[in-house]
Amino acid sequence: MSGGGGKDRIAVFPSRMAQTLMKTRLKGAQKGHSLLKKKADALNLRFRDILKKIVENKVLMGEVMKEAAFSLAEAKFTAGDFSHTVIQNVSQAQYRVRMKKENVVGVLLPVFDAYQDGPDAYDLTGLGKGGANIARLKKNYNKAIELLVELATLQTCFITLDEAIKVTNRRVNAIEHVIIPRIENTLTYIVTELDEMEREEFFRMKKIQANKKKLKEQEAAQRALEGPPKEEAGGTHSENQPPRNLLAVEEDNLPVLFN
Amino acid sequence: MTTEAKGKLLGVIGDHDTVVGFMLGGIGEINHARKPNYFIVEKSTVDQEIEATFNAFCARDDIAIILINQHIAERIRRAVDQYTQLRHSSVAVLEIPSKEAPYDPSKDSILNRARGLYNPEDFR
Repeated sequence: MSGGGGKDRIAVFPSRMAQTLMKTRLKGAQKGHSLLKKKADALNLRFRDILKKIVENKVLMGEVMKEAAFSLAEAKFTAGDFSHTVIQNVSQAQYRVRMKKENVVGVLLPVFDAYQDGPDAYDLTGLGKGGANIARLKKNYNKAIELLVELATLQTCFITLDEAIKVTNRRVNAIEHVIIPRIENTLTYIVTELDEMEREEFFRMKKIQANKKKLKEQEAAQRALEGPPKEEAGGTHSENQPPRNLLAVEEDNLPVLFN
Repeated sequence: MTTEAKGKLLGVIGDHDTVVGFMLGGIGEINHARKPNYFIVEKSTVDQEIEATFNAFCARDDIAIILINQHIAERIRRAVDQYTQLRHSSVAVLEIPSKEAPYDPSKDSILNRARGLYNPEDFR
């Protein structure tokens, strides 16, 4: 996390306000990270589900298509080559698909829905011979179409989800490995700077105190040289004396904070 | 166009038998411009023709799903892969087995992609 060594940080002035701001941003980033993580998990869950279904359906499709192709060969055997009649008679589609959208944690997944309408264009095909085989052939291909439509749904979902998962993972990683470390670096920077300022302040106080002490000692020495004081030390503070100057440097004027 | 209300079509690109089968299944349509939604790949059909048809089907807004025989998809693999990689592709391309060529999952562009996703580093 702190591999950056505090190099990569947001350019802010180290103050209490900036610290509060950064703390809020860190909270926001963490919240966003957990939310995105949840989203990625939900998408992954769906994705695995779809992947499983795709693999299943692809195998099933192989079988259904094989059966359909075989029934086509059967029908051709009994009814002769009717393929040209079929191709010639194409007019309107009987099977169509409707597109619907499904919402999975904000990702829209397309869903195809097959439905049948309109008349069967080939109800007369195979009327002369092989009608049963052709009916079976139609049924087999109808089954195949339904399966393929379902597979198409799954496949489109797969691609969409794949993309969505990639984007989400990218965001999660960006927050985890870039944004949060940067904010943390900024916070450490602010804290160290504030500490540094405090130490400087403390040192300054000490220095002032030492200076005052030295000054006082010099004064005392001066007084001792001038001679003994005229009045006795105790009990001589009478009314005629001026009130004590509180601001003057005196014996009891020790700093309250640093002694 | 009335196709929106009517729902979308399935397109078929395949060999003769596959197309005939699906036409019998009832997905064939020739629209007002006399454009069919199927394409029969004969022995003499060249790859450019298949690719042009595939791209035309992809561009049509009334086609939702394209069924394409796998051995034909293999011939225009580049175009198919390119299309399935597109993010906003509205058409689903499905590779189906044909009579001559049984289904080979290792060639499917979607399953290939799925295999890439089985990597442990992608599923964390």
